[in-house]
Amino acid sequence: MTDSFLTQPLSGWGRFPVERCNVYRPESTRQLAGIVVSGDQPCFISHGLGRSYGDAALNKDGGVVGHTRLNRFLAFDAHTGVLECEAGASLDEILHYFLPRGFFLPVTPGTKFVTIGGAIAADVHGKNHHQDGTFGNFLLDFKLLTAKGEVISCSPASNPEVFWATLGGMGLTGVVLSARIKLRPVESAYVLVDYQKAENLEDALGRMTESDASYQYSVAWIDCLATGRHMGRAVLMRGNHAKASELPSSIRNPLAAPHLHSFTLPFDFPSVALNSLTIGAFNTLYYAIHRNAARQVVDYEKFFYPLDAIHHWNRMYGRRGFVQYQVALPLENGVQSLKEVLTRLARSRRASFLAVLKRFGESNPGLLSFPIRGYTLALDLPVAGGLIPLLHELDRVVLDHGGRVYLAKDTVMTPESFAAMYPKLEEFRRVKNRLDPQHRISSSMARRLSIVQK
Amino acid sequence: MSRSNPEGTSVRSVLILSATSAIAAAVAREFAAHGFNLILGGRNQEELGPLASDLSLRYGVQTRLLAFDALDPLAHSRLLESCLAEAGKALKGVVVCTGYLGDQAKGQTDWEEARRIIDTNFTGCVSALNIIGNHFERKGAGFICAISSVAGDRGRQSNYLYGSAKAGLTAYLQGLRNRLYHSKVKVITVKPGFVDTPMTYGRQGLFLVASPETVAKGIFQAIAKGKDVVYLPWFWRLIMLMVRCIPEAVFKRMRT
Repeated sequence: MTDSFLTQPLSGWGRFPVERCNVYRPESTRQLAGIVVSGDQPCFISHGLGRSYGDAALNKDGGVVGHTRLNRFLAFDAHTGVLECEAGASLDEILHYFLPRGFFLPVTPGTKFVTIGGAIAADVHGKNHHQDGTFGNFLLDFKLLTAKGEVISCSPASNPEVFWATLGGMGLTGVVLSARIKLRPVESAYVLVDYQKAENLEDALGRMTESDASYQYSVAWIDCLATGRHMGRAVLMRGNHAKASELPSSIRNPLAAPHLHSFTLPFDFPSVALNSLTIGAFNTLYYAIHRNAARQVVDYEKFFYPLDAIHHWNRMYGRRGFVQYQVALPLENGVQSLKEVLTRLARSRRASFLAVLKRFGESNPGLLSFPIRGYTLALDLPVAGGLIPLLHELDRVVLDHGGRVYLAKDTVMTPESFAAMYPKLEEFRRVKNRLDPQHRISSSMARRLSIVQK
Repeated sequence: MSRSNPEGTSVRSVLILSATSAIAAAVAREFAAHGFNLILGGRNQEELGPLASDLSLRYGVQTRLLAFDALDPLAHSRLLESCLAEAGKALKGVVVCTGYLGDQAKGQTDWEEARRIIDTNFTGCVSALNIIGNHFERKGAGFICAISSVAGDRGRQSNYLYGSAKAGLTAYLQGLRNRLYHSKVKVITVKPGFVDTPMTYGRQGLFLVASPETVAKGIFQAIAKGKDVVYLPWFWRLIMLMVRCIPEAVFKRMRT
């Protein structure tokens, strides 16, 4: 019996592009394996919670395998903090069940609505990259179902080639079934945060260089509309996990965060709602209301996931959707390269509602893993005429400065730029071709970037 | 995964049959969230294992596995009786989630398929429920909940093999309820409408599809309140009332 699927228009979190995909939703590992080796679709890609922004988890007119019902916790060792779970388990559920027991995620991106499979596929990073590296640093091992239907166990010691190809490999080496990750013991659900305003880019980067080492978490919001001597003015938000003893006595249970009121954006905003004028006003206000403040007690939801409280916040950008553009730039000439990106952006009269800057630590051996030692800048840009040429122009600037674009967010990059930014691509292709010579596992992104044959 | 618990009498447990189905897994989570230990019965131990570890890790409850195949009724008395005896006083009730929609068109010409539909939805359940009914009758307490279907309320050309087996199960449960009333055992018939499970996933023309979690909450509530028959979600009672009111002379002409 062939498994049933739903043919439906699907998009990533940026809601651009939208493509027709045949979506499966297995409820057991056996069913999942049956679907992948069945040949019912020309090819398959795994799909978690759909938080990659572009076409990474899309497969136009092909198979998409949803993992939402394969989310079971398999084992946990409270002494070591090692959790084994299926790939469909989300960071949200891990926090929900393990934070009350004193464990936090070792690395988390800016949303908790991400599956473990997705976190491996994008080798996600968080505000602690400068200290702790990526998610992969806390990934002990995983089980991978290959296109041939074999299940192989991968770690840095066993099948290391496959391990490093899968980490950041955008789901193209196979289907991650389950993984073991090492959680971080914490005393509280709170972070002690220092807020500091920086007058411009040099000031912001200077402060990061000087004192990031004393913070486990560090990130800066930057005003990408400010120009001249204020270009890159920023609010630095840096902190460390609060010890139970550092909390005010009004907090009775250190491991429970106050319930955050969440709401849902009920409809698409009109596309004009976010324009350079409103964003400019917001940015000015945001910069103005922040004060320098030290050791503020902030609960983890607010610090790590400010946007998760607004469900469907992507509707803010209107029906046409948006693109998140995130780049990594090397430490050398960091100021110049960041300035050039910001200048080109300002010249295009496009504003980013949210612009985030952070320092990256060392890269890892992941063949397509994104972070490189230096800086990363993330911008949200509404889809509008002329956006794609601008992004291609920015890609060239980034490339000229030895930087790269983050695949989990990419929507428009060309195969040429991609190959130039990721020098280990050939090595990745070799592993991919060995595991999956017929390219039965593929995605819209993989075809767009010529990672697989069209 | 042992049964022993220092708290003794406060331990409560529930047996769930065919526990790997989507609704059953949600029911198991609902009971676990309320502190019940679980005995999970099913054919596929490879699938029961992850479910059991997930329940223990999320809710801190104890779990045990039971080999149960609805299609092997001759093994039921041996397996179920020892399981029920071992579970002892802590066992508060049983939820039977066994079900197989099957392929109606195939079943019309292929007896194997037709028999599989009937045996899974009716014969296998009857065999298990006989044993379970006798056990709780002797105990003089407890609940027996079984998942039937709105499909059993009226035969339709698109699924009457499944529907007739479920209608049989519904009638069986009525009789069992009548019998066990005098022994203070509750019998709850659950009639879900469309639920978002592999049984319905990818099918066209479905409406008002409920999540397994919603249905599981409804099942838990129905058991807690000691209901006799519940439609889940509730509006299916109205829909099926209307469907049953259509005269047969009209209904037979409809494309259902």
